[in-house]
Amino acid sequence: MSAEGYTTADGRKIGGVLMEMKNITLRFGGVKAITDISFDIREGEIRAIIGPNGAGKSSMLNVISGFYVPQEGEVWFRGQKRAPMRPYEVARQGIARTFQNIALFEGMTVLDNIMTGRLTLMESGLAAQSLWWGKAQREEVAHREKVEKIIDFLEIQPIRKTPVGRLPYGLKKRVELARALAAEPKLLLLDEPMAGMNVEEKEDMCRFILDVNDEFGTTIALIEHDMGVVMDLSDRVVVMDYGKKIGDGPPDEVRSNPDVIRAYLGVEHA
Amino acid sequence: MLYREAGDFKTTYAKDSQTFPIKADRMAYFALLAVAFGVVPFLINDYWANAVFVPFLIYAIAAIGLNILTGYCGQVSLGTGGFMAVGAYACYKLMTAFPEVPVLLHVLLAGGVTAGVGVLFGLPSLRIKGFYLAVATLAAQFFLVWLFNKVPWFYNYSASGQITAPERSMFGIAVTGANTPAWAKYLFCLVILVALAWLARNLTRGMVGRKWMAIRDMDIAAEIIGVNPLTTKLSAFAISSFFIGVSGALFFAVYLGAAEVGEAFGIQKSFLILFMIIIGGLGSMFGSFAGAAFLVLLPVFLKNVLVGGLGWPTDLAAHIELMIVGGLIITFLILEPHGLAQLWRVAKEKLRLWPFPH
Repeated sequence: MSAEGYTTADGRKIGGVLMEMKNITLRFGGVKAITDISFDIREGEIRAIIGPNGAGKSSMLNVISGFYVPQEGEVWFRGQKRAPMRPYEVARQGIARTFQNIALFEGMTVLDNIMTGRLTLMESGLAAQSLWWGKAQREEVAHREKVEKIIDFLEIQPIRKTPVGRLPYGLKKRVELARALAAEPKLLLLDEPMAGMNVEEKEDMCRFILDVNDEFGTTIALIEHDMGVVMDLSDRVVVMDYGKKIGDGPPDEVRSNPDVIRAYLGVEHA
Repeated sequence: MLYREAGDFKTTYAKDSQTFPIKADRMAYFALLAVAFGVVPFLINDYWANAVFVPFLIYAIAAIGLNILTGYCGQVSLGTGGFMAVGAYACYKLMTAFPEVPVLLHVLLAGGVTAGVGVLFGLPSLRIKGFYLAVATLAAQFFLVWLFNKVPWFYNYSASGQITAPERSMFGIAVTGANTPAWAKYLFCLVILVALAWLARNLTRGMVGRKWMAIRDMDIAAEIIGVNPLTTKLSAFAISSFFIGVSGALFFAVYLGAAEVGEAFGIQKSFLILFMIIIGGLGSMFGSFAGAAFLVLLPVFLKNVLVGGLGWPTDLAAHIELMIVGGLIITFLILEPHGLAQLWRVAKEKLRLWPFPH
């Protein structure tokens, strides 16, 4: 694999390195959640992080999105080393994410939730907004148009004025994806996007993830437990176990890796 | 014509995001404004102004202010009375120090001073939440009342410890002091309320309001999509305190005329305004108005019925009145925890399908 990128099996061109994690170690007191892990995420790629429960996958995502600051190691984003920053600063750099157990604003409508996703792109200040005149109003309408495109894309038009608290689980997951997409992220992090869904909902979600990657060219890093989904969707897979990286590469290669088989299926005791 | 949403189609996003998306609502709003500005000032007398209209207008401003902080941004505050006192004393000091400046400016500046004090007492909200924040704002309430009692500079060393509003006029008509006509008091408060309510509505329907609500609903998720919790919470404290400060200034200068801090701006006032937004509906502009109207009108109504209608002795009626108001508050909270605004929303949703709900 060259520094410039590679071509996937289905013929998509993958670009250079977008994000690179270098020797990340994260400790909570005496517990090592992540030990010396390095990997990269390339532009246009769908990158999966898998591993058994407690392997440190979510911690890894939290490091990327700024919730945790690793004790050792460096995070490089778009060719620059990233200083420790707060999550809202990470968001402004163009990294959006969804959560394993949905973190939507339950009291707001679907539309307001998705509009909130665009706040890093809006400029008008407090005074202009309080008068709702000129630029502030034009900006609101322009962003609404963008949001409506995402609503169309994810097929949630009928519920745009419904408070999120009233929606069923599967739709909430979709709204959360919409909110993340509204930020027009350079890197989209999905924490178990398919958790708790039935087969049909999973298929829908897979289709949306592939479409997002295809139409917007968004780089996606996702955590997922459903092996079938991961192997079908992703271009490259990082496998973690007990906070260590035990495999990294295209799905086929990872599938036949003896360490990965051992972590998932256990060792046969003769 | 039926009051309903169906058939009222929007063709632009600007039209869809207006304050009253339903045509009948919009017409009712303009009709109400026309009556409030064109009819009431000619009919109003001292009793109606002092018992009903002026307190309602002033409490509505305070309720909008607290609703921004508690209803929209989710930061519970029990310091409303204290912040109203800041507005009142700031207005008093400004009125006596710069008599030639128009009183409207004093009222707005008093709001500005209160906004500063509000930000100061809002700083703990960055670390503490919920009940603990409520206790911290309670400390603000007691501290501010104590401060205005103990430091004579604030009440210009007057012997009684009271502050008294001097007479100030606008366009040649007194709006503060003993000689103010009822309609002038009413109009002065009405103009300020309408302007502030309009600003508040614009803030809450745009991105500022969405940031506040994001912090209220889930602060971690808000941060992950780019909301800076520091500036967002403090802006809510500042704007909320501005509203509350203006209402405190009006309460003292226009409504009471003379005030003693513990009596006028004590902890009861904090609770009264909190009840208004809870009964009216948290996170709703309509709720702020409905709650203020409910708690201002209900005692007046009950008094008129019990004393005027049934001929009960005044003291007995006063006690019964307290019990009825208390009982109604509890009933309301059980039947509709989201307040009058939610009742209104549910009614509207029913009307969408009426008369064929299936």
